[in-house]
Amino acid sequence: MTGMTNSKLGIWLFLASEVMLFGALFSTYILLRTGAESWPHGSSLLNVPLATLNTMILITSSVTMVMAWASLMMNRFGRYRLYMGLTVLLALGFLVVKGFEYGMKLEHHITPATSTFYAIYFTMTGLHGLHVLGGILVNGYFLFPGSRLWKTNPKQFTGRVEAAGLYWHFVDLVWIFLFPVLYLL
Amino acid sequence: MSHDVAEIQKHVRLYVTVFAALAAFTVVTVGVSYLHLSTMPAIILALTIATIKGSLVACYFMHLISEKKLIFIVLAVTLLFFVLLLFIPSLTEGEAIFKNLRHVS
Repeated sequence: MTGMTNSKLGIWLFLASEVMLFGALFSTYILLRTGAESWPHGSSLLNVPLATLNTMILITSSVTMVMAWASLMMNRFGRYRLYMGLTVLLALGFLVVKGFEYGMKLEHHITPATSTFYAIYFTMTGLHGLHVLGGILVNGYFLFPGSRLWKTNPKQFTGRVEAAGLYWHFVDLVWIFLFPVLYLL
Repeated sequence: MSHDVAEIQKHVRLYVTVFAALAAFTVVTVGVSYLHLSTMPAIILALTIATIKGSLVACYFMHLISEKKLIFIVLAVTLLFFVLLLFIPSLTEGEAIFKNLRHVS
Protein backbone atom coordinates (compact mmCIF):
# COMPACT_ATOMS: atom_id res chain seq x y z
CA MET A 1 0.00 0.00 0.00
CA THR A 2 1.45 3.37 -0.96
CA GLY A 3 2.47 5.68 1.84
CA MET A 4 1.23 3.40 4.58
CA THR A 5 3.45 0.89 6.35
CA ASN A 6 2.04 -2.38 7.64
CA SER A 7 3.20 -1.47 11.14
CA LYS A 8 1.27 1.80 11.12
CA LEU A 9 -1.96 0.22 9.92
CA GLY A 10 -1.40 -2.63 12.40
CA ILE A 11 -0.89 -0.35 15.39
CA TRP A 12 -3.98 1.72 14.50
CA LEU A 13 -6.09 -1.45 14.26
CA PHE A 14 -4.71 -2.52 17.63
CA LEU A 15 -5.56 0.91 19.09
CA ALA A 16 -9.07 0.55 17.65
CA SER A 17 -9.43 -2.68 19.65
CA GLU A 18 -8.11 -0.84 22.71
CA VAL A 19 -10.77 1.84 22.26
CA MET A 20 -13.36 -0.95 22.42
CA LEU A 21 -11.76 -2.44 25.55
CA PHE A 22 -11.68 0.86 27.46
CA GLY A 23 -15.02 1.82 25.90
CA ALA A 24 -16.63 -1.25 27.49
CA LEU A 25 -15.28 -0.19 30.89
CA PHE A 26 -16.39 3.45 30.48
CA SER A 27 -19.83 2.18 29.39
CA THR A 28 -20.00 -0.04 32.49
CA TYR A 29 -18.98 2.89 34.68
CA ILE A 30 -21.71 5.14 33.24
CA LEU A 31 -24.38 2.44 33.72
CA LEU A 32 -23.34 1.63 37.30
CA ARG A 33 -23.15 5.31 38.21
CA THR A 34 -26.50 6.29 36.69
CA GLY A 35 -28.11 3.20 38.23
CA ALA A 36 -26.71 3.84 41.72
CA GLU A 37 -28.80 5.56 44.39
CA SER A 38 -25.86 7.69 45.44
CA TRP A 39 -22.33 8.12 44.14
CA PRO A 40 -19.35 9.64 45.97
CA HIS A 41 -17.54 12.67 44.58
CA GLY A 42 -14.17 11.34 43.41
CA SER A 43 -12.19 14.19 44.97
CA SER A 44 -13.58 13.39 48.44
CA LEU A 45 -12.10 9.86 48.32
CA LEU A 46 -9.12 10.08 45.99
CA ASN A 47 -5.91 12.10 46.07
CA VAL A 48 -6.40 14.86 43.46
CA PRO A 49 -2.93 16.54 43.89
CA LEU A 50 -1.13 13.22 43.26
CA ALA A 51 -3.33 12.48 40.24
CA THR A 52 -2.72 16.01 38.90
CA LEU A 53 1.02 15.40 39.27
CA ASN A 54 0.61 12.10 37.39
CA THR A 55 -1.35 13.86 34.64
CA MET A 56 1.52 16.31 34.18
CA ILE A 57 4.06 13.44 34.22
CA LEU A 58 2.15 11.57 31.51
CA ILE A 59 1.64 14.64 29.33
CA THR A 60 5.37 15.42 29.59
CA SER A 61 6.22 11.83 28.67
CA SER A 62 4.04 12.14 25.57
CA VAL A 63 6.07 15.18 24.48
CA THR A 64 9.42 13.47 25.13
CA MET A 65 8.13 10.45 23.14
CA VAL A 66 7.22 12.52 20.09
CA MET A 67 10.55 14.38 20.45
CA ALA A 68 12.36 11.00 20.43
CA TRP A 69 10.71 10.19 17.11
CA ALA A 70 11.41 13.71 15.74
CA SER A 71 15.08 13.30 16.75
CA LEU A 72 15.34 10.14 14.63
CA MET A 73 13.68 11.99 11.73
CA MET A 74 16.42 14.62 12.08
CA ASN A 75 19.10 11.91 12.20
CA ARG A 76 20.11 12.74 15.79
CA PHE A 77 20.46 9.38 17.49
CA GLY A 78 22.02 10.82 20.69
CA ARG A 79 19.02 13.09 21.18
CA TYR A 80 16.72 10.13 20.51
CA ARG A 81 18.41 8.19 23.34
CA LEU A 82 17.97 11.17 25.69
CA TYR A 83 14.27 11.70 24.93
CA MET A 84 13.46 7.98 24.93
CA GLY A 85 15.29 7.59 28.25
CA LEU A 86 13.27 10.49 29.69
CA THR A 87 10.04 8.91 28.42
CA VAL A 88 10.82 5.62 30.19
CA LEU A 89 11.84 7.45 33.40
CA LEU A 90 8.66 9.55 33.41
CA ALA A 91 6.56 6.42 32.85
CA LEU A 92 8.32 4.77 35.81
CA GLY A 93 7.62 7.94 37.82
CA PHE A 94 3.93 7.63 36.97
CA LEU A 95 3.87 4.06 38.29
CA VAL A 96 5.73 5.08 41.48
CA VAL A 97 3.15 7.83 42.20
CA LYS A 98 0.33 5.39 41.40
CA GLY A 99 1.99 2.89 43.73
CA PHE A 100 1.90 5.47 46.56
CA GLU A 101 -1.77 6.11 45.83
CA TYR A 102 -2.61 2.40 45.88
CA GLY A 103 -0.44 1.93 48.99
CA MET A 104 -2.34 4.62 50.91
CA LYS A 105 -5.66 3.01 50.01
CA LEU A 106 -4.53 -0.50 50.91
CA GLU A 107 -3.10 0.79 54.21
CA HIS A 108 -6.63 1.88 55.10
CA HIS A 109 -7.88 -1.56 54.02
CA ILE A 110 -9.57 -0.07 50.98
CA THR A 111 -9.71 -2.66 48.19
CA PRO A 112 -11.81 -3.20 45.03
CA ALA A 113 -14.30 -5.05 47.27
CA THR A 114 -14.91 -1.94 49.43
CA SER A 115 -17.52 -0.38 47.14
CA THR A 116 -18.66 -0.18 43.52
CA PHE A 117 -16.75 3.12 43.25
CA TYR A 118 -13.49 1.52 44.36
CA ALA A 119 -14.11 -1.56 42.19
CA ILE A 120 -14.32 0.76 39.17
CA TYR A 121 -11.37 2.88 40.37
CA PHE A 122 -9.03 -0.10 40.83
CA THR A 123 -10.17 -1.84 37.63
CA MET A 124 -9.80 1.18 35.34
CA THR A 125 -6.60 2.62 36.85
CA GLY A 126 -5.19 -0.91 37.17
CA LEU A 127 -5.78 -1.69 33.50
CA HIS A 128 -4.33 1.70 32.57
CA GLY A 129 -1.33 1.01 34.83
CA LEU A 130 -0.76 -2.30 33.01
CA HIS A 131 -0.71 -0.35 29.75
CA VAL A 132 1.89 2.02 31.23
CA LEU A 133 3.97 -1.02 32.21
CA GLY A 134 3.61 -2.36 28.65
CA GLY A 135 4.80 1.00 27.32
CA ILE A 136 7.85 0.90 29.60
CA LEU A 137 8.77 -2.57 28.31
CA VAL A 138 8.33 -1.63 24.64
CA ASN A 139 10.08 1.76 24.95
CA GLY A 140 12.82 0.22 27.10
CA TYR A 141 13.40 -2.34 24.34
CA PHE A 142 13.68 0.39 21.69
CA LEU A 143 15.96 2.38 24.00
CA PHE A 144 18.55 -0.39 24.36
CA PRO A 145 18.60 -3.73 22.45
CA GLY A 146 16.02 -2.76 19.81
CA SER A 147 17.98 0.35 18.82
CA ARG A 148 20.63 -1.80 17.08
CA LEU A 149 18.32 -1.67 14.05
CA TRP A 150 19.15 2.05 13.65
CA LYS A 151 22.58 1.11 12.24
CA THR A 152 21.30 -1.33 9.63
CA ASN A 153 17.86 0.05 8.76
CA PRO A 154 17.19 3.53 10.20
CA LYS A 155 13.93 3.97 8.28
CA GLN A 156 12.43 0.77 9.69
CA PHE A 157 13.65 1.65 13.19
CA THR A 158 12.05 5.12 12.94
CA GLY A 159 8.81 3.42 11.86
CA ARG A 160 8.94 1.14 14.89
CA VAL A 161 9.50 4.07 17.24
CA GLU A 162 6.60 5.89 15.57
CA ALA A 163 4.33 2.88 16.21
CA ALA A 164 5.51 2.67 19.85
CA GLY A 165 4.80 6.40 20.09
CA LEU A 166 1.25 6.01 18.77
CA TYR A 167 0.64 3.43 21.50
CA TRP A 168 2.19 5.65 24.16
CA HIS A 169 0.10 8.70 23.15
CA PHE A 170 -2.99 6.49 23.34
CA VAL A 171 -2.09 5.55 26.93
CA ASP A 172 -1.82 9.29 27.66
CA LEU A 173 -5.15 9.89 25.94
CA VAL A 174 -6.93 7.28 28.09
CA TRP A 175 -5.57 8.94 31.25
CA ILE A 176 -6.78 12.36 30.00
CA PHE A 177 -10.32 10.94 30.24
CA LEU A 178 -9.80 8.75 33.33
CA PHE A 179 -8.49 11.65 35.42
CA PRO A 180 -11.58 13.93 35.36
CA VAL A 181 -14.06 11.04 35.23
CA LEU A 182 -12.70 9.25 38.32
CA TYR A 183 -11.05 12.01 40.35
CA LEU A 184 -12.91 15.25 39.61
CA LEU A 185 -16.55 14.37 39.00
CA MET B 1 5.84 12.79 6.37
CA SER B 2 8.79 14.63 4.89
CA HIS B 3 12.30 13.98 6.21
CA ASP B 4 13.15 17.66 5.78
CA VAL B 5 14.93 18.80 8.97
CA ALA B 6 13.48 22.33 8.82
CA GLU B 7 9.99 20.90 8.60
CA ILE B 8 10.57 18.57 11.55
CA GLN B 9 11.87 21.55 13.56
CA LYS B 10 8.58 23.31 12.79
CA HIS B 11 6.80 20.23 14.15
CA VAL B 12 8.94 20.36 17.30
CA ARG B 13 7.86 23.97 17.99
CA LEU B 14 4.26 22.84 17.53
CA TYR B 15 4.76 19.97 20.02
CA VAL B 16 6.00 22.43 22.64
CA THR B 17 2.95 24.65 22.07
CA VAL B 18 0.61 21.64 22.34
CA PHE B 19 2.35 20.63 25.59
CA ALA B 20 1.77 24.12 27.04
CA ALA B 21 -1.91 23.94 26.03
CA LEU B 22 -2.30 20.47 27.61
CA ALA B 23 -0.70 21.67 30.87
CA ALA B 24 -2.91 24.79 30.91
CA PHE B 25 -6.08 22.74 30.30
CA THR B 26 -5.09 20.37 33.12
CA VAL B 27 -4.80 23.33 35.52
CA VAL B 28 -8.18 24.65 34.31
CA THR B 29 -9.95 21.30 34.73
CA VAL B 30 -8.58 20.85 38.29
CA GLY B 31 -9.39 24.51 39.14
CA VAL B 32 -12.96 24.17 37.89
CA SER B 33 -13.49 21.05 40.04
CA TYR B 34 -12.92 23.21 43.15
CA LEU B 35 -15.86 25.44 42.14
CA HIS B 36 -18.22 22.53 42.99
CA LEU B 37 -20.61 23.15 40.11
CA SER B 38 -23.81 21.10 40.00
CA THR B 39 -23.46 17.65 38.39
CA MET B 40 -24.56 18.34 34.80
CA PRO B 41 -22.47 21.49 34.11
CA ALA B 42 -19.49 19.89 35.90
CA ILE B 43 -19.70 16.76 33.70
CA ILE B 44 -20.17 18.76 30.49
CA LEU B 45 -17.27 21.11 31.29
CA ALA B 46 -14.87 18.35 32.43
CA LEU B 47 -15.63 16.17 29.39
CA THR B 48 -15.37 19.13 26.99
CA ILE B 49 -11.89 19.98 28.33
CA ALA B 50 -10.87 16.29 28.22
CA THR B 51 -12.11 16.04 24.61
CA ILE B 52 -10.10 19.13 23.62
CA LYS B 53 -6.99 17.70 25.32
CA GLY B 54 -7.55 14.28 23.74
CA SER B 55 -8.01 15.86 20.29
CA LEU B 56 -4.75 17.81 20.68
CA VAL B 57 -2.89 14.58 21.52
CA ALA B 58 -4.52 12.64 18.65
CA CYS B 59 -4.18 15.40 16.04
CA TYR B 60 -0.62 16.55 16.77
CA PHE B 61 1.29 13.91 18.77
CA MET B 62 -0.35 11.04 16.85
CA HIS B 63 -0.20 13.06 13.59
CA LEU B 64 -3.84 12.32 12.85
CA ILE B 65 -4.23 15.73 11.24
CA SER B 66 -1.99 14.68 8.33
CA GLU B 67 -2.85 10.96 8.31
CA LYS B 68 -4.02 8.82 5.38
CA LYS B 69 -7.71 8.23 4.65
CA LEU B 70 -7.49 4.54 5.57
CA ILE B 71 -6.73 5.38 9.21
CA PHE B 72 -9.83 7.60 9.34
CA ILE B 73 -11.96 4.74 7.97
CA VAL B 74 -10.61 2.47 10.73
CA LEU B 75 -11.35 5.13 13.35
CA ALA B 76 -14.82 5.91 11.97
CA VAL B 77 -15.77 2.21 12.21
CA THR B 78 -14.34 2.12 15.75
CA LEU B 79 -16.29 5.24 16.72
CA LEU B 80 -19.49 3.71 15.32
CA PHE B 81 -19.03 0.55 17.41
CA PHE B 82 -18.02 2.59 20.45
CA VAL B 83 -21.23 4.64 20.25
CA LEU B 84 -23.24 1.42 19.77
CA LEU B 85 -21.48 -0.05 22.80
CA LEU B 86 -22.59 2.94 24.88
CA PHE B 87 -26.05 3.10 23.33
CA ILE B 88 -27.23 -0.53 23.57
CA PRO B 89 -26.87 -0.87 27.37
CA SER B 90 -28.40 2.57 27.90
CA LEU B 91 -31.52 1.31 26.04
CA THR B 92 -32.18 -1.04 28.96
CA GLU B 93 -31.65 1.84 31.36
CA GLY B 94 -34.05 3.97 29.25
CA GLU B 95 -36.68 1.24 29.47
CA ALA B 96 -36.40 1.20 33.25
CA ILE B 97 -36.87 4.99 33.36
CA PHE B 98 -39.88 4.65 31.02
CA LYS B 99 -41.43 1.98 33.28
CA ASN B 100 -40.91 4.19 36.33
CA LEU B 101 -42.62 7.10 34.58
CA ARG B 102 -45.64 4.92 33.69
CA HIS B 103 -45.75 3.67 37.24
CA VAL B 104 -45.86 7.26 38.55
CA SER B 105 -48.63 8.35 36.14
